[in-house]
Amino acid sequence: MTRTDHLIICEHCDCVYEKVALAKHQTALCTRCGGVLQRYNGLSVEQRLALSLTAAVLWIFANFYPVMSISLKGLQNSATLWDSVRALSQGPITFMAMVAAIAMIIAPIIQLLLLVWVLSYALAARRSPAFRLCMRWLETLRPWSMLEVCLLGALVSVFKLAGLLDVLPGIGLFALSVLSLLLIRIAGRDVRDLWDTL
Amino acid sequence: MNTAPEARDLNLCLCHSCGNACDMTDHPHECERCGAPLHARKANSLTRTWAYLLASMVFYIPANLLPVMNTSMLGSDSESTIIGGVLEFWEHGAWDIALIIFIASIAVPGIKFVALSLLLITVQRGSLWARKERSKLYRFVELIGYWSMLDVIVVALVAALVKFQALGDIEPRQGILFFGLVVVFTMLSAMSFDPRLIWENRKSEEVMDGVASR
Repeated sequence: MTRTDHLIICEHCDCVYEKVALAKHQTALCTRCGGVLQRYNGLSVEQRLALSLTAAVLWIFANFYPVMSISLKGLQNSATLWDSVRALSQGPITFMAMVAAIAMIIAPIIQLLLLVWVLSYALAARRSPAFRLCMRWLETLRPWSMLEVCLLGALVSVFKLAGLLDVLPGIGLFALSVLSLLLIRIAGRDVRDLWDTL
Repeated sequence: MNTAPEARDLNLCLCHSCGNACDMTDHPHECERCGAPLHARKANSLTRTWAYLLASMVFYIPANLLPVMNTSMLGSDSESTIIGGVLEFWEHGAWDIALIIFIASIAVPGIKFVALSLLLITVQRGSLWARKERSKLYRFVELIGYWSMLDVIVVALVAALVKFQALGDIEPRQGILFFGLVVVFTMLSAMSFDPRLIWENRKSEEVMDGVASR
C-alpha cells in the first residue's frame, strides 16, 4: 500500500493536497472551493487536558447549581438545567426533553469524559484503550452538543422574565457561560491531530 | 485552470470520521485508521437530504401555528406562539431580544429551507453555476444549524422556573415539539447532503474542454 499520511483531502470538494506545517493564526484553504483544510492547532496535549478538567468541574457547577432564580410576591423558585429538561418531559412533548437533555447535559459531559480519557493517555504518548471508538464518538457528538445555544437561551429567558418578576442569575449561569466557550475551544476538529501524533 | 487532483482520480477516499486519506486499491469498506465505514460519496445523499428537508418543512407549519407556551397568571390563561413571543418583545420595546428570537426561530429555518432546496436542485441539474459560492452556502447552512434550538431551551427554562401554582404557571405546549423536530430534521438534512456533489459534473466539463480545444 502506498503511504497517504502526508495527504489531505478537502471534505467539501474532494481535492487532494499535501499537508503543510502552519504557523500561528494560519489556516490552509482549498483553492477550488475555499473550504478550510487545516487550521493551526494552538493547544498542546497538556493544555488541552488541563482545560478539559476545568470544563468538567464547570459542568458540575452548571448542572448542580441553579441557572437562575426568580421571586414573585415573596415566593422564590430556582431551576437547574435538569429542571428545565424535566419541564419539557411532561405531556405529549416528552421527545423534546430527550433532545434537550442530550444537547445541554449528556453530549457535553460525554465529550469531556472522552477528552479526559484520551488525553490522559496522550500525555504519556500512548493511545488509550478503545482509542478508535473514543475518537469516533467525539466526532459523532460534536454537532449535537449545543451549550452555546443553551447559554443564549438562558440569557433570553432572563430578559423574558425580567418584565414580569425579579430574576437573579445563579452560579449555574456563570459556569455555563465559561463552559460553553471552553467546549468550543477544546472539543473542536483539531482533536483529530491526535491521530497523527500518537 | 490548474487545480489540485481529485481524490477519486488518485484512488483515494476521505474518511469522514478521522480525516485520513484512505487508499482504495484493495476496496476496503472501513477506514484502516479509525474503523469508520468509508464512502466515496455519502450514501443516497440527495434522496435522504430531500426526505429530511420535506419532513422539516411539513413540521414547520404546526411549529408556527400551534402555541409553544401556556402562561397562566393570577387566573388568566394565555397561549403564545413563537411569532407571538417575538411581537410581545417588540411591543415592549425590547427590539434586540425580539430580533434574536426572530432570527433564531423563524429566519434560520427559512434560510435553511431555501438554501438546501437551492443546493439540491442545482446539483440535480448538474449546474456549473457559482460552484464556489454554493460550497460556501453549504458551509453557512452547517454553521447556523443548531441555533434554532434557542426557543426550545427558552421555553424549557421559563417553564421550569415559573411554577407558582395559582399565582403564576407556565407550561410548554405541543408547538415546541414540532419546532424541535424542525431543528433536528434540518440538521439531519444538512448532514446528509454531500457538498462534493456540487463539483461533480465531469461530463459537462469534458464537453466544454472539448469545445475549447477545437
